[in-house]
Amino acid sequence: MVGDEWEPKIVAFLCNWCAYAGADLAGVSRLKYPPNIVPIRVPCSGRVDPRFILEAFKKGADGVLIGGCHTPNDCHYVVGNFKAYKRYILLKKLLEQLGINPKRLRLEWISASEGRKFAEVAREFTEEIRNLGPLRLWGE
Amino acid sequence: MRVGVFICHCGINIASVVDVERVAKEIEKHPDVVYVTTYKYMCSDPGQELIKREIKEHQLDAVVVAACSPHMHEKTFRDAAKEAALNPYRVEIANIREHVSWVHEDREKATKKAIKIVRSVVEKVIRDVPLEPISVDVTRRCLVIGGGIAGIQAALDVAEAGYEVILVEKGPSIGGHMAQLSETFPTLDCSQCILTPKMVAVSRHPRIKILTLSEVEEVTGYVGNFHVVIKRKPRFVDENLCTACGDCEKVCPVFVPNEFDMGLSLRRAIYIPFPQAVPSSYVIDINSCLGLEPLICGKCAEKCEANAINYDDKGGRIEVDVGAIIVATGYELYGKENFPEYGYGQYEDVVTGLEFERLLSATGPTGGELRRPSDWKVPKTVVFIQCVGSRDPDNHKPYCSKICCMYTAKHAMLYKHRVPDGKAYIFYIDIRAGGKDYEEFVHRAMEEERITYIRGRVSKVFREGDKLVVWGVDTLAGKKVEVHADMVVLATAIVPSEGTRDVAEKLKCATDENGFLKEAHPKLRPVESLNTGVYYCGVAQGPKDIPETVAQASAAAAKAIDILSQPKLYHEPTVAVVDGDKCTGCKTCVSICPFNAIRFNEELKRAEVNSALCEGCGSCAVACPSGAITATNIRDDQVIEMVKSVLQEA
Ligand SMILES: Cc1cc2nc3c(=O)[nH]c(=O)nc-3n(C[C@H](O)[C@H](O)[C@H](O)COP(=O)(O)OP(=O)(O)OC[C@H]3O[C@@H](n4cnc5c(N)ncnc54)[C@H](O)[C@@H]3O)c2cc1C
Ligand code: FES
Repeated sequence: MVGDEWEPKIVAFLCNWCAYAGADLAGVSRLKYPPNIVPIRVPCSGRVDPRFILEAFKKGADGVLIGGCHTPNDCHYVVGNFKAYKRYILLKKLLEQLGINPKRLRLEWISASEGRKFAEVAREFTEEIRNLGPLRLWGE
Repeated sequence: MRVGVFICHCGINIASVVDVERVAKEIEKHPDVVYVTTYKYMCSDPGQELIKREIKEHQLDAVVVAACSPHMHEKTFRDAAKEAALNPYRVEIANIREHVSWVHEDREKATKKAIKIVRSVVEKVIRDVPLEPISVDVTRRCLVIGGGIAGIQAALDVAEAGYEVILVEKGPSIGGHMAQLSETFPTLDCSQCILTPKMVAVSRHPRIKILTLSEVEEVTGYVGNFHVVIKRKPRFVDENLCTACGDCEKVCPVFVPNEFDMGLSLRRAIYIPFPQAVPSSYVIDINSCLGLEPLICGKCAEKCEANAINYDDKGGRIEVDVGAIIVATGYELYGKENFPEYGYGQYEDVVTGLEFERLLSATGPTGGELRRPSDWKVPKTVVFIQCVGSRDPDNHKPYCSKICCMYTAKHAMLYKHRVPDGKAYIFYIDIRAGGKDYEEFVHRAMEEERITYIRGRVSKVFREGDKLVVWGVDTLAGKKVEVHADMVVLATAIVPSEGTRDVAEKLKCATDENGFLKEAHPKLRPVESLNTGVYYCGVAQGPKDIPETVAQASAAAAKAIDILSQPKLYHEPTVAVVDGDKCTGCKTCVSICPFNAIRFNEELKRAEVNSALCEGCGSCAVACPSGAITATNIRDDQVIEMVKSVLQEA
């Protein structure tokens, strides 16, 4: 699949209150970024089950982004972002053991006012995944 | 399933980048989709009519609207569906404007992304269950914690609107700090004169019950249905019988510093905090009384003709149900002892702002004549120091205490009124007088009252004979300044009252890094806490003066009335649900829930969600090791199907 044809596939789990709204603002501000990131709206970054991420990699994602509210105080559900962070750290270790480059998973705090940041993250992360190439499960 | 998909052109906002007809064609292939259409403006009236008509026509049991962000029109489309008798929770939005057409330029790629998004939302909606909002009853009673001017105003407003109020005050009288003030800026009207009528109004109000010497011990429940346990300390005097004649006081042999006068006068062990106290009743300070068990003295009871004194008072525990709670626990002054450079509070004539208020007050220890505490002489030179402990992130408090510029100008002015030939110096960093008539007030202090304002900090205050030597700098003149003063007044920082953090914890509200109550949103929800049904007002939320405190109290009351006046409260039904058969009783979820919405039922040995408390974050569903908890309408299977469909080629 590698070649000119290949385009990174990225799933983004965005919390409803901050990251999703940040992505909305990027839109309202007409900031351009590559269309590789496809968002899924979740109530909170704390709702993102590691299983969702593993499933995404299994089903062909080359990268997964989790977007939540800034720590320490912005999470609409008080501490969901901290829970997401803890799981993220663990999951990165697990990915490594599974032979998946942990860089393929990214957690970002993006507030509802950070449309610019969302667009930048989308650009940068797409670029990073493009450089890493397509994910080959069972041994990168 | 019979899903209808409605794709919006949004004029050209979507259609110019996304090939909406192609999206429609692709989506039509989904086995559950029975109807697809595109329309120029789906949110317009005809657009909504179209949706309603097609729901009926095609007997749709789920709808996806591919349009702008759900934050824009999710409610619009759900309401429309409801009018067509489709459960609103069976309507989902696919955001192909903000997340697609407005951020991408390549038509082919944008269209493919739109297809993926719409498809994934179809996968979600076919798994959504119909829901009804959760409704709960409302207890039409309000709890107000703290009886300063903030709590007084809030209690009066709520009671005037027709609801019962329980006003809980820690001290023996309501009134708070305002009762201690002499005259108030910027009008210089006497504080007691404007406060006393309000205190009386509270005490006479048929719908307000005042509980003094009381504190909140425990709060459970949720908006509309809080259950509160209040602990009342014994007063040892029946406030209904006491006539405040004062006979008891005259025979009491114990003298202790009077806290109302900031320790500048003495009171007995049986005392009334101040003459206008509400309730108008004496109280025995059990810590200084010679002893009740066994009874050592007993003189006060012998003397009391009204038989109001009851040495057997044990206090009590009161339990009440309330629908809303207002927190107004006020402030304290950051102590003088924190400032070694100003003598650690050891010099009697270095006083705080509140001490100075008492020395100015007609009901204070000097009857309103200004005299200094060490020898009760009239001070001929007084130095006022602003920002003591405020705006000093390295050593003390980082924030501005906001009211000190104003009350220091007031203090200097009142001093000059009492001692016309006296000299007043004010050391300041800069003057913040941003209130109605405030700038004019400070100007008057500078120009008319001829108070010397020196811009600069004071490095040291030390005693030399009966003088206090003040070393400072005048940063405008670039010179050192030395003043030999008779008295020094420190405008020390305002800090939240001692119990504020504790009360906040009990109410599951947050405090900020300085200990003030943290509002739900600093601009748009300034009197709300994150715990719905709990509101804030007064200095407990942040330093402020009386006008602002009163305005905020009325705002908090309006918010509480908003809750109390609802026939029922409705709550989003997208909450967590426990499958009792799968629950292993590990209690992981109980500790993880930030809203205390999950309780462990010891009898059944399983977790239970209180759906009125659950906010639907879904953290518990992730944490549950046995998969017993699901997050309604954002279940694992729904998200996994969405993941799969966004990864399928479009
Ligand atoms: C020196 C000085 C001079 C001032 N001069 C002026 C002025 O001239 N003009 C002006 O507008 N403002 C002035 N202010 C500001 C004014 O004092 C405040 O704005 C006002 O008193 C705030 O009222 P409050 O009800 O928020 O707090 P408080 O007056 O502190 O009242 C809080 C009440 O809650 C009670 N409480 C505390 N904790 C608990 C608990 N856990 N449970 C139950 N009850 C509790 C306390 O006992 C108290 O009665 C001055 C302040 C100072 C320090
Ligand atoms: S709501 Fe955004 S991270 Fe919790």
